[in-house]
Amino acid sequence: MIIAALRVVTTNNVVHAALWLVVVLAGAAAQYILLAAEFVAVTQVLVYIGAVMVLFLFGTMLTRARIGTESDLNNSYKKLGIPVALVMLVAMGVALLGSFGDEKLPQTDTVVSTQEISDQIFGPYLLPFWALSFVLLAAVVGAIVLARKD
Amino acid sequence: MFVNQFLFLAAVLFCIGVYGVVARKNAVLMLMSIELILNSVNINLLTFALRNGSTDGHTFALYIIAVAAAEVGVGLGLVLLVYRNKKTISVDDLSEMRG
Repeated sequence: MIIAALRVVTTNNVVHAALWLVVVLAGAAAQYILLAAEFVAVTQVLVYIGAVMVLFLFGTMLTRARIGTESDLNNSYKKLGIPVALVMLVAMGVALLGSFGDEKLPQTDTVVSTQEISDQIFGPYLLPFWALSFVLLAAVVGAIVLARKD
Repeated sequence: MFVNQFLFLAAVLFCIGVYGVVARKNAVLMLMSIELILNSVNINLLTFALRNGSTDGHTFALYIIAVAAAEVGVGLGLVLLVYRNKKTISVDDLSEMRG
């Protein structure tokens, strides 16, 4: 999964990057199942692998004249990005090791049921749910307005 | 299973995503790197949800997935508009707002 993530940011082919991103997202869904979050994992597969990847491939198709390897996908900050990412990784790693050490996750036999999540969403988190509905509506309208031929 | 094994995976994914945002010039590839970052945040949220025995993290993760989907939709609409007007989606060539 980490190798796939590295390929997403280093490959010279946009379509290959999208397909490697599918591997990363599927791996993330597997991690969610390991973390006893099956509803989130199913949502991840449906929304990300189903919808977002189709959007990415459509975007690639509509904005590029040719499908193939390109050499000018990276900008001049490419060398600068490696130390930035490494410094962040070392900082986060030190913080995580200091905070959690070898603490183990509790062993559970039950996964979090969809009913519990829906009780959360339609209970204490109802207002964010409304806000999210408006965000999605605005995104749909905005995408149509932006992509419309006028 | 250790807490840290998931948190480190998330940290590595986050750093790879940051590197992608910094290094990529193609706008579609930058959006893909942002997806990597959002997924690492989701892994973190679900790890702490399991650790603390609460379901709040699951709700947040679902909201993040929905917001990411909206963001990709609008982002690709913007990229499409930029491509239609300028025939390129390289973010280095978009310098009209430079002071």
